[in-house]
Amino acid sequence: MSELLLEPFGWKNFWIFLLSAVILLLLVLGFVTYAILFERKVLGWAQMRHGPVRTGPWGLLQTVADVLKLLMKEDVIPRKADRVLFILAPAIAFVPSFAVLATIPYTETIRFADLNVGLLYYVALSGITTIGILLGGWASNNKYALMGGLRSAAQMISYEIPLVISVVGVILLSGSLNMYQIVQGQAGYFWNWNIFPQIIGFGVFLIAAVAELNRTPFDLPEAESELVAGYHVEYSGFRFAFFMLAEYVYVYAIAALTTVLYLGGWHAPFPFLDFIPGIIWFLLKFSFVVFFLFWLRATLPRIRIDQLMSMAWKYLLPIALINVFLTAVVLEFYR
Amino acid sequence: MAIRTEELLLNVGPQHPSTHGVFRVIVKIDGEQIVEAIPVTGYLHRGTEKLAENLNYTQIIPYTDRMDYLSAMMNNYVLCHAVETMLGIEVPERAEYLRVIVMELQRIASHQVWWGTYLLDIGATTPFIYAFRDREIIIDLFNELCGARLTYNYMRVGGVKWDAPPGWIDKVREFIPYMRKQLKMYDDLVTGNEIFLNRVRGIGKYDAETAIAYGLSGANLRCTGVKWDLRKDQPYSIYDRFDFDVAVATEGDCWARYQVRMEEMRQSLRILEQAVEQFPSGGETMGKVPRVIRPPEGETFVRIESPRGELGCYIVSKGKAEPYRLKFRRPSFVNLQILPKLLVGESVTNLITILGAIDIVLGEVDC
Repeated sequence: MSELLLEPFGWKNFWIFLLSAVILLLLVLGFVTYAILFERKVLGWAQMRHGPVRTGPWGLLQTVADVLKLLMKEDVIPRKADRVLFILAPAIAFVPSFAVLATIPYTETIRFADLNVGLLYYVALSGITTIGILLGGWASNNKYALMGGLRSAAQMISYEIPLVISVVGVILLSGSLNMYQIVQGQAGYFWNWNIFPQIIGFGVFLIAAVAELNRTPFDLPEAESELVAGYHVEYSGFRFAFFMLAEYVYVYAIAALTTVLYLGGWHAPFPFLDFIPGIIWFLLKFSFVVFFLFWLRATLPRIRIDQLMSMAWKYLLPIALINVFLTAVVLEFYR
Repeated sequence: MAIRTEELLLNVGPQHPSTHGVFRVIVKIDGEQIVEAIPVTGYLHRGTEKLAENLNYTQIIPYTDRMDYLSAMMNNYVLCHAVETMLGIEVPERAEYLRVIVMELQRIASHQVWWGTYLLDIGATTPFIYAFRDREIIIDLFNELCGARLTYNYMRVGGVKWDAPPGWIDKVREFIPYMRKQLKMYDDLVTGNEIFLNRVRGIGKYDAETAIAYGLSGANLRCTGVKWDLRKDQPYSIYDRFDFDVAVATEGDCWARYQVRMEEMRQSLRILEQAVEQFPSGGETMGKVPRVIRPPEGETFVRIESPRGELGCYIVSKGKAEPYRLKFRRPSFVNLQILPKLLVGESVTNLITILGAIDIVLGEVDC
């Protein structure tokens, strides 16, 4: 991929780039389709139900049917809504969610953009989604949507900070912002994975990541029991689907990021298991993180907005800072 | 320079996922803080009391099913109890036991719905399913007994309509240890959860004096430390034969109300255990009742302990087959009155927590 980038621009590399982008897009869409099904199945298992079973074998076509239904829905724009922003908001929320995927390395060979500031790029772009959600809430001209949007802005900005600072520990350990090099630094036995030296940072990262995803127990922006549906209460049809898509693509992104940063990416837990292809290991770890996120949703109640904010600023941020300090001190003395 | 802020008028309900039906509350909010709350009720008003004036007493019973639809047995009972008191009818032993068994099962079922929906309000989806799974067993028992799952129309003036089918009492007996186990699981899943505790502790707090001044009853009163349970303090039916404790807590907040209701389920199981043990092996299920029920001229007021509080029934009779005036004291309606006072200064999130903890059933609020 990188040699192609260095070559002069021509039809050959144009088609290759386009093709790989389309393949990635389809893979992600496929993931989203089955992640939704998987989530519903996990919820079903936790709640002693079957989850979707009617559409297709084992409910495999359920999400397809849902998306088709959304496509056929009437596209409603409230009369008093801000039309331009209302139409723009889902796109603003959704585009960065795909853009962040570019830097994630899946295996040694399957990786797309080999950015030197990959991690920074991820964090910076994912922040843009907040604007989309806030705009969606604002443009709907609905009180519930506005409250949902504002909550979401407050929450995502607050949690972005501990998220970034918790990652600094990883950056210090591997000495690079490049995700490929971060993974390479975790080669060998499983205790080389960043999760063990960075266990505090991992805890902060995980909590902040769940909050970034707006998922239970931090699903305040769309707190159903209070705000009905939160920021997307006025959205219907495909605009709504875009918001949902963005949400699930972020699940994908965060799960992949957790795998890369803390769980050793494509490396096997023991070097003698290296004969199993890296992509399998990556998928295993990745699926476990996704399952963990869904499992949380089945188990926990929702936290309150003021508790959420105080948790971010009073606990997570200091802990993340202490983690950075400790990592720096340890590195200074032992290396 | 301070930022100019504006009060926002937010309409919550009647179509809202967490108002437990068609309750509506108009709140003025400043940021997320509630400045004023105005409850609006009446969306489910069906004029039960007025309709009753043209019906004879047996015909009224199905209407009471639809008041507090989560505890239809209690509503059945309070009407029958009032008429029996006026007529001085002796209810057979077996019927009394059946009544107590169904009423205590109903209390557990009602609290299960409350527990599930309350946790749903707080954002946990799984407890709801667990509660409904266990409630299903009770509903099935009722179904077997009287052929209905929600609106039972089971009790009659002077007794109960159907005797227990063979093996039914054994099923109730089996249910008790099962439910004990489930209650422990409920506790494991929710009661100790830090997020849950933070959501309910210290929220919607009031003291015993306020509670009495507002006429609160049931768990809403007992959460302030007032030990008042009509089953114990003014025993009706055969409640004086059972050994059980009145569940109380002292904090007076949503957490206390939660604890009281959980404990009430346990105490109901104790009553059930004894009732099943003492259940008479034979006997009638209907007492001696005149062909046409014409209570003597006069008035009467009886009250019982429903899952939501004191359920009262006031009958004025002119010696006819229909009541001259029938009035229900509906605990949901009375308990709801404290809501505006509790909401001031709270956030919108707490609105749902507080409303859920009062435990209203809209069928009963609007009657």
